[in-house]
Amino acid sequence: MNRIMKQTRQGYVDALIEMAAAIPELVVLDADVAKATKTCDFEKKFPERFFNCGAAEQNELSIAAGLALEGFLPFATTFGVFATCRAGDQLRASICYPKANVKVAATHCGISTGGDGASHQACEDIAITRAMPNLTVLVPGDYEEARRATIAAAKHRGPVYLRLGRDSYPVVPELHGDFTIGRAKLLRDGSDITLVSTGIMVSEVLEAATTLAAEGVSARVLHFPTVKPLDLDPLLAAARETRGFVTAEEHSIIGGLGEAIAAAVAEAGAPSALRRVGLKDVFGESGTASDLFDKYGLRAANIAAEARALLASVPA
Amino acid sequence: MSLDAKRVAFLTAKARAIRREIITMVYRANSGHVGGSLSATDLLVALYHEVMRHDPRHPGWPDRDRFVLSKGHCTPVLYATLADAGYFPREDLATFRRVGSHLQGHPYQPKTPGVDASTGTLGLGLSTACGMALAARLRGAPHYTYVLCGDGEQQEGQIWEAAMFAHKYRLDHLIAFTDRNRLQTDGGTEDVMPLDPLVDKWRAFGWQSWEIDGHDFEAIIDAINAATSSSSGRPTMIVANTIKGRGVSFMENVASWHGTPPNEHEHALALEELA
Repeated sequence: MNRIMKQTRQGYVDALIEMAAAIPELVVLDADVAKATKTCDFEKKFPERFFNCGAAEQNELSIAAGLALEGFLPFATTFGVFATCRAGDQLRASICYPKANVKVAATHCGISTGGDGASHQACEDIAITRAMPNLTVLVPGDYEEARRATIAAAKHRGPVYLRLGRDSYPVVPELHGDFTIGRAKLLRDGSDITLVSTGIMVSEVLEAATTLAAEGVSARVLHFPTVKPLDLDPLLAAARETRGFVTAEEHSIIGGLGEAIAAAVAEAGAPSALRRVGLKDVFGESGTASDLFDKYGLRAANIAAEARALLASVPA
Repeated sequence: MSLDAKRVAFLTAKARAIRREIITMVYRANSGHVGGSLSATDLLVALYHEVMRHDPRHPGWPDRDRFVLSKGHCTPVLYATLADAGYFPREDLATFRRVGSHLQGHPYQPKTPGVDASTGTLGLGLSTACGMALAARLRGAPHYTYVLCGDGEQQEGQIWEAAMFAHKYRLDHLIAFTDRNRLQTDGGTEDVMPLDPLVDKWRAFGWQSWEIDGHDFEAIIDAINAATSSSSGRPTMIVANTIKGRGVSFMENVASWHGTPPNEHEHALALEELA
């Protein structure tokens, strides 16, 4: 299969450049990874609106909060591990608690970060950011959705965490409609089981749905580019109308989208069978993104296998 | 001479009144940080009554000078100073640290009129102030951003990240103080984690820095005048030598008064001394 592959981080930076003329308050910060996050493209066009904080992410996030207090619209950019772990206190205390209008853009999330290894692969960041009050968590699935999510983040008043990757990921035309924060996307209708994706897992989930269809299984596909706030209505409908959920995320199964959905449907009185595809409470390692997806079970085949197992255990 | 005797007498009386409020706030709340509030009182009184351009009737006035309490635990001195200046009713001080109050244990900008930035976890206030000073520069606004750091706080690595940033971006409208009272929660700063030579450290990071007596109003005003009159392109760190617990004899230079509230007897004794 010949797929068009593009980077979500490039979608982010292209959106910043696109918006800069119309939003004079928009400024971009980075922490010595501008070439890796692609904010160097913004710097080239708007050098006076770009601030490199050096390898100092804690300072970067608090600086962004200070700029936001004074009416600027800062996009603080760094790798996911630094944005949420190293500078976790600054994200919490400088940005989320006082509701500073800062957009934190985190690249190199998930194991598709690849060769750098587990130290640089953020696989806990959704869990951490979900737990922070006032923070909106966006996890776009391809270049174009990342571009639209960035524009939506700029328009949204309040702190936003934008989760991006390092690799090139398949372009998924189904994602290219309107982007509304807090709204899930129904990508395929189906009546037997619901497959749920967030971020770049969407292409694997769609492929799994196709595989299952060939076996006579009707799989609904829901995509969640917003993890928080969680769009409850399509989940409750799916809980009523299908036999359960398989969730897929390039993240730990602890604290991610799968857990969020399990809790939400159970509390809404529609508990459902649910199986999670993601990192099974382990760190990643160095390797190509493709090899890591195979080894850690993030493939369409893994999603389809979980779906079959779920259907085997839940009466029709 | 930057101040005449009458003005010094006014500021001295003001500081004594603020210190009384601090003691009573922490006593009533039965929690809060009294020692570092008393050491910083003269600095805040000088800033709010002699130095800063601000208007308590318009807390959001864009042209005001900003103040960031990076040593955020010392809310008693900040709230007492703001209430006295008229940012909110003095009666609010009785609600300090109580459920529903706008006076949180550490400064919370969205709730409290006159609080310019939320702080509390040590080290991030100086960075936030750098962002605010950078914003002023980008807008071509002439106001100053003042910051009060603790000395123990400077054991946080983030302080030195901010120090490098302010130097790189030549934030010369950023004027910081160190409340150099030489004590922190667990004891003397030089025992817990040595900071000296502090002025040399700030100079090495590209700031203009010198020491003053942080309880001498003239020295405080002179230092600020020196900082604002030089257009050096450098941020300023004024290391103000102070006494933790200043003004209450049994609290002075005693580390345990960092975060311990006075009991009824101690409260009465302290107010007597500050009468």
